[in-house]
Amino acid sequence: MLSVESLAFGFPGRTIGRDVSFSLEAGEVMCVLGPNGGGKTTLFRTLLGLLVPHGGTIKLDSAPLETLSRPEIARRAGYVPQGHTGYFAFTVREFVLMGRTAHLGVFSIPGKRDREVSERALESLGIAHLADKPVTEISGGERQLALVARALAQEPKLLVLDEPTASLDFGNQVRVLQRISALAGAGMSILFSSHDPDHAFLCARRALLLAEGRVLEIGAPRAVIRPDTLERLYGVSVKVIDLGGGAHTCLPAVGR
Amino acid sequence: MSSRTLSYVLAGGALVGLTVLAFAVGRYPISLSEMTSLLLGQPVGANVETVVLQVRGPRVLAALVVGASLAAAGTAYQGMFRNPLVSPDILGVSTGAALGAVLGIFLSLGVFFIQLLAFAGGLVAVGLVYFIGSRLRGHDPLLALVLTGVVIGTLLGSAIALLKYLADPYNQLPAITYWLLGSLAAITPRDLGVAAPLALLGLAPMLLLRWRMNLLALPDDEARALGVDTRKLRTLVVAAATLMTAAAVAVSGIIGWVGLLIPHAARLLVGPDFGRLLPLAMLLGAAFLLAVDTLCRTIATIEVPPGVLTALIGTPFFLWLFALARRSW
Repeated sequence: MLSVESLAFGFPGRTIGRDVSFSLEAGEVMCVLGPNGGGKTTLFRTLLGLLVPHGGTIKLDSAPLETLSRPEIARRAGYVPQGHTGYFAFTVREFVLMGRTAHLGVFSIPGKRDREVSERALESLGIAHLADKPVTEISGGERQLALVARALAQEPKLLVLDEPTASLDFGNQVRVLQRISALAGAGMSILFSSHDPDHAFLCARRALLLAEGRVLEIGAPRAVIRPDTLERLYGVSVKVIDLGGGAHTCLPAVGR
Repeated sequence: MSSRTLSYVLAGGALVGLTVLAFAVGRYPISLSEMTSLLLGQPVGANVETVVLQVRGPRVLAALVVGASLAAAGTAYQGMFRNPLVSPDILGVSTGAALGAVLGIFLSLGVFFIQLLAFAGGLVAVGLVYFIGSRLRGHDPLLALVLTGVVIGTLLGSAIALLKYLADPYNQLPAITYWLLGSLAAITPRDLGVAAPLALLGLAPMLLLRWRMNLLALPDDEARALGVDTRKLRTLVVAAATLMTAAAVAVSGIIGWVGLLIPHAARLLVGPDFGRLLPLAMLLGAAFLLAVDTLCRTIATIEVPPGVLTALIGTPFFLWLFALARRSW
């Protein structure tokens, strides 16, 4: 679905990461872990064609990314950015409907099918009751769910989520992770970043550890999420506990 | 009836009422029965016919066209710049048009060439701002545009100041001041015949793109990730809004506040969806400028410049709206 080969990325005139290679199969979930400023968001923006790569190749659905137009990319890959506050007061329904843009002609207006797809996306995230509220008047967590719904309305094969759980309460975090697992079960590829290594244990088949723009390790979460790698990434000491039955969790050591 | 539908109905009703009123009042009052007779093609006095068709007709139409154009351009710009405090002047169209007109007056050109220079000045100014602003890479593209607009606007402003300083204080300076304050008094049917089609040409892409326009109100990255080529769309919208504003300003001079105040008021009434917003803003813009212009020619023995009245009415109204709107825009 997505294949990345010795990618160098960054902003115009400033490379912040290099030598990133990985691939993502259909229905696979990958979690990107790394410290603040480690390049996760910049990597994601590059993968979506929002920043020009500084080297290497990106293939989306086996087509080189640079040969795809904006709507072609948007029909393949949905993007859930980190939440924003500076929106105009569109209703949640209008906001989610914007996800249909890539399926519409330049002068078209969303039709019946577009509305149905949007409604389904709203319902699947449990926010149908917010449909008529302005996006400016719902909580940060609800807005995050609206962003996920908008990306689902794109009907993409790949979903890229930048810290989708960052502003969510515990229950909504779990709901988003459940949604991620369910979508992957239905064949969607998912790439998401998180600040919590446990999220990788919970729903990712592989974890990519990104430090200073380079891949530290990549592989099954329980193989690469170890006390030594976490110390390298975050500079704190953490225990990784085997809970049995394939479940693991991270417990940071907080001095007393 | 929903509150949205009510907004359209009220705005449309106000527009019709104001149009009738604008034809009726003035130094030579026209009664409702005289107006009806004229509409039905029945014989009326020659004076009535002249006043309605030759004197007030073009002026009323001009107020409608200019008001609707400024409001439409302002609506497009406020959405695009994601800022409710943006007016159509932000990229320098008015300043460029002013420089063109002032230059025309300074060179003692005829009315037609003054208007032509004003129109061209508006287009050239925005073209220059857009050309420079879109080449400042590595910045937020909107911020680069706005800053370039401010800088170029200041430059053009100083050129205007220089021309005013050099102009003949008895013949040219009053004409320059008069133009800079705006006026609908001298608009002829021929002016309208040129300005109205140009304004419609600018309106067409806005109408066609009315749904897609909404995505420009999202952060650039989000709009692009949803499949919009924001550069292309933005260029088109800037071109359309500039065409509308330049056409209006070339015949009316600079009339501020309409393009800032009206879209804002319309958004409070029907929300930010461009397809719903645009028609209401145009109705309100036309009604507002018609009301202002009717006041301009009736409240005093001399003509009050509309640019002065729009500011006098606009400032308190804007502050009131601002206080009223506790929520976000």
